[in-house]
Order: sequence, then C-alpha cells, then structure tokens
Amino acid sequence: MILNPSVVLTMRGPSFLDQLRDAVPDAVVGQNLEALDPWIEIAPDRLADVCRWLAKVSPVRFDSLQCITVVDWLETDPKKAAKVSWQPRLEIVYHLWSTGSKVSLVLKSTLPRWKGDVPGQLPEVPSVAGVWRGADWHEREVYDLSGVWFTGHPDLRRILCPEDWEGYPLRKDYEQPLEYHGIRGR
Amino acid sequence: MSSTIDDDPRIIEFDVRTDEMLVNMGPQHPSTHGVLRLVLRTDGEIVSEVEPHIGYLHRCAEKIGENLTHRQWIPYTDRMDYLAAMNMNLGWALAVEKLMKFEVTEKARHLRVLIVELCRISSHLVGMGAYGLDLGSFSPFLYAFREREKILDLFEEACGARLTYSYITIGGLTADLPPGWLARCEAFLKQFEPIIKEYHTLLTTNAIFVKRTAGIGVLSRDMAIEYGCSGPVLRGSGVDQDMRRDGESIYTAMYDGYAFEVAVMKDGHYPRDHKYPAVPAGTVLGDCWHRFFVRMLEVVQSIDLVRQSIDRYSASKGTVGEPLKLAEKMPIGDAYLETECPKGQMGFYLVSDGSAIPWRARARSSSFSNLAVAPELCRGCLIADVPAIVGSLDIVMGEIDR
Repeated sequence: MILNPSVVLTMRGPSFLDQLRDAVPDAVVGQNLEALDPWIEIAPDRLADVCRWLAKVSPVRFDSLQCITVVDWLETDPKKAAKVSWQPRLEIVYHLWSTGSKVSLVLKSTLPRWKGDVPGQLPEVPSVAGVWRGADWHEREVYDLSGVWFTGHPDLRRILCPEDWEGYPLRKDYEQPLEYHGIRGR
Repeated sequence: MSSTIDDDPRIIEFDVRTDEMLVNMGPQHPSTHGVLRLVLRTDGEIVSEVEPHIGYLHRCAEKIGENLTHRQWIPYTDRMDYLAAMNMNLGWALAVEKLMKFEVTEKARHLRVLIVELCRISSHLVGMGAYGLDLGSFSPFLYAFREREKILDLFEEACGARLTYSYITIGGLTADLPPGWLARCEAFLKQFEPIIKEYHTLLTTNAIFVKRTAGIGVLSRDMAIEYGCSGPVLRGSGVDQDMRRDGESIYTAMYDGYAFEVAVMKDGHYPRDHKYPAVPAGTVLGDCWHRFFVRMLEVVQSIDLVRQSIDRYSASKGTVGEPLKLAEKMPIGDAYLETECPKGQMGFYLVSDGSAIPWRARARSSSFSNLAVAPELCRGCLIADVPAIVGSLDIVMGEIDR
C-alpha cells in the first residue's frame, strides 16, 4: 500500500519531513505531498546524506532503491520554447521503497543541464552507490543515457551504449551520429 | 559417509594455483539467455570475478517513447520482456491509467487477471525449461515448451499474436474473447495441472538437479533488498513481498477478492494449501534451488488465479473497454507504477507535459536489478556453476537492454 510519507511517519512522533529537516539541515528545498506520487525536493549536494538517513536511520527504512530517472526539461522547438513557463534544467528522480513497511517515496532534485552552463561539462550529483549497492548500475545507466556525473561512484562508465559512444541519447537536444565505425546512422 | 574437506574440489584447487585467465562467456552463449556477455576472471576452475557486459539488445525504447503517443508505445513494451509481453502491456497501461485516474470496466479487470496469470505460467515454463537446459538436462525443456505452445495457441486465438500481443491496452483490452475460448482454457488447465508433478520429478526433486542447485549462489535477504531484486529472486531469499498484494491501489484493486498466498518461505515452510514436494536436504534459503522452486509454486498459484478469474469474468456483464484514442491528451504530471511481472517488479514512469506524447517514458527493468547481483553471487564459485546461478535469476535481455 502506498501512503503519503508524511502520514506514515506522523504516527510515530514528529512528522517525517521535520525529522528529515532536523537530521539533514538545508536538504529539503520543496515538496508536493498532494501529487499523485508525493515527492520531496532535495538540494543536489545533500542527496547522498538524505539517502543515507532514509536507508539507515529514519524510522521507516527505505532499504531499496527501485529506479533513478533523469527528465530533461528542454524544449528544442524555438516556437514552443517561447511559450513554456519552465526553465531548461535536468530533473533527477529517485524512487525508493521500504520492504518492511511497503511504502514508497519519491525524491526529486534539480540540476543544471550543464555544469556552469558550459556545454559538455556534466552536472554533478553525489553517488548513492555507497548507500544501496544496487544504485551502481542505475547510476551507470543514467550517466550513459542522460549525462549526469555521479561523484564518488566506484566505476562510472557507460553500460548500455558502447564505451566510445558520443553524446547522451536521452537528452532532448541529442543528435544521432551520422556514422559509427563505418556503420551508417540516420 | 559425510563429506570431508578433501571432497571439496575448490579446497584442493588452492594448492595448485594456476595463472589467472580471462574467459569470455557470450554474447552468443546458449546459457546466457540472449545476448549477455560475461567476462570471467578465473583461477583454474574457480571464478574470482564476473563482469556482465550488457547493452547488445539496446534499442532506445525510452527515446522512442518520447516520440510516440501513449498507446503507440504499447508494442514497444511487448518487446521488452518478450516472454511475458502481456504483463508488460499491463504495466504501461496501468501507469497511464494511473495518471489519467481512469478505471477499467469490471469485465476488463477480470479478463486482465486471466490473461496476465496465463502469461505468467508461460513465462515460468520457459524459465523452468531453459534452466534445465542450462544444467544439461534437455527433456524438461521439451516438456515445458509442449505446454507453453498450448498457452500461445490460446493467446493467438484471443488476440492474433503468439508472442508480441499488445492485447492489454490503455482503457481495457483490444478485443473480447472469441466464443468457446473459456472452455478451451479450462480444458487446458485441467490437462496441465497434473503435469506439474512430472516437472517436479524431472527437476525439483531430481538428485542431480538438487546437487547442481542446492547451496549454490546463495543470495542473502539483505543483499537481495539492497540490490533492488524483485520477484522470485527476492522471494527465493525469504522476503515476503508481492506487488499483487503490496503494490499501489490501482494495481491491487485488480486482484481484489482473489484468494492467493504469496509464494515465499515463512517460518521454515512454503504455503501449505497445495501438495508440494518437500524441500530437499542441503538447500539453503536464497540458493538457486529456492529461486527455482518459488517459480514452480507460482505456476500452481497462477492456475488457481486463472480459474478464479474465469468464474468472475463469466459472471460480469458489459464490455472489456474501449482502447484510448490514439492522440488522447494527458493531464500534466508524473506517475510511477510497479507491477508484479513473472521476472520481478517492472516499473513504468511517465512524465507528461499535457500533450498527447509523453515527455519522458521510463521503464524500470526487474531483470536489470536482478542481474546486477550476479557478480556478487558468482564470486568464488566454479565455472560450471556460473550458468546455474545466472539461469536461476531468469533474466531476459530484451528487458535489461530495452
């Protein structure tokens, strides 16, 4: 059963969000607990601390990482881009699961599309492979397809694409190569 | 006589350490279930390190999803876990329905349970048959495929396809069952049920099979959870979790009123309402044998669920729903939903900007997480045990590479 995380934890003392705020100061920068899947927005540099708290300390242990996704918010069509209300950015989404309590939790974090707005410089996020070992492959996949650098990852390299592949296919402005080792693209 | 330390070939091997050798297994190796490449670092017969290389079947399904409407992506989900395509269709359809806050008709709900559980049987039959093949026993494969063919015949009659169905769709199902189908399905179940005993004789209680799987590749409970393993791999380690019972309400509502017990070892025994063979001596919870056995139990459980759904489907009136309009606009927002597929928890994540095309379509593969644990399980095992361990995870590469 999926419950609103704030509801789950108020049953055991102070609300979940307050406990998280106490444990990791300046980490929570936003939340939407009314959404279809309630989520908490975390400052990117505090992600690993928050995850460690959620997995090892919090009263409900989120002991399993189900999925890491990066959503690229970039409108490539200039006509449509003039109309959209949001800023270009990357959104990294973590889906956590507690096998003991059978509840899920969604963490989101906003990253610049490129570090320091220099195209080619990957935005950085602390790796959570030290919290859940299963995060290793998920982070490699995100790095491979969406171009996010996970600092502190034990072995960050491409996983689905070949090692010499160029570009990050799930970025909205990705362009398919014309040629790869003599194989015609497009 | 009990076995002594001298009987363990690995211990003798340590006296004669040989040069380290890299052995390439796959991507065209029959026991790698598709195009998985494993690089083994070996010392004689002992494997010190296994490194899976994946991506040989990568088809950019997620990127394609950003260029198609929600309903158009269903055929691509077929090609993820192509052995359980019905379950994949359902996962995506439910994720979109969750975002739309849409509820299917009662008849569609029961037909979905029927089809999905039948597909689970066929997927587990492949898993079981191919696992026998991995361990050098050819007959179970033929026994399993003989029965699977009959399920595929039933599916062909219902939707026209034998493998990539696209039958379950957003809004319901593409068509109702043809006349006489239920009777043929019941006849199949009646004929199939006693055959499971043969499988248990061929594999589950077979002394050679037990010797090859008992105590091999033991996956501890904590490691299974930390790696995000799911499905029979997780339950084989004794974790009581099944999304059909523990998942989100939109998914569990589908199984509302159905009686089933999660196939997991609790208090030292498996659910007792069926006559299962006893757990052989030498097995350890979390080893290859237990992962295999959980699948066998789920076959029996699914037969039971199919029977229940036939009754409920026949009793319900109305239609099986209308497929969604091809270019239906979605509400703005995002939705993540995990369903219990035969291989594990398959998650679909959908981000919508309000248009008819998903802004982001994400497939969280269960086999991906299940395979990630293989290097841990294979560390220190014998080369011959690598196929036994990888086979017991029952992976399908189409889903890992997407």
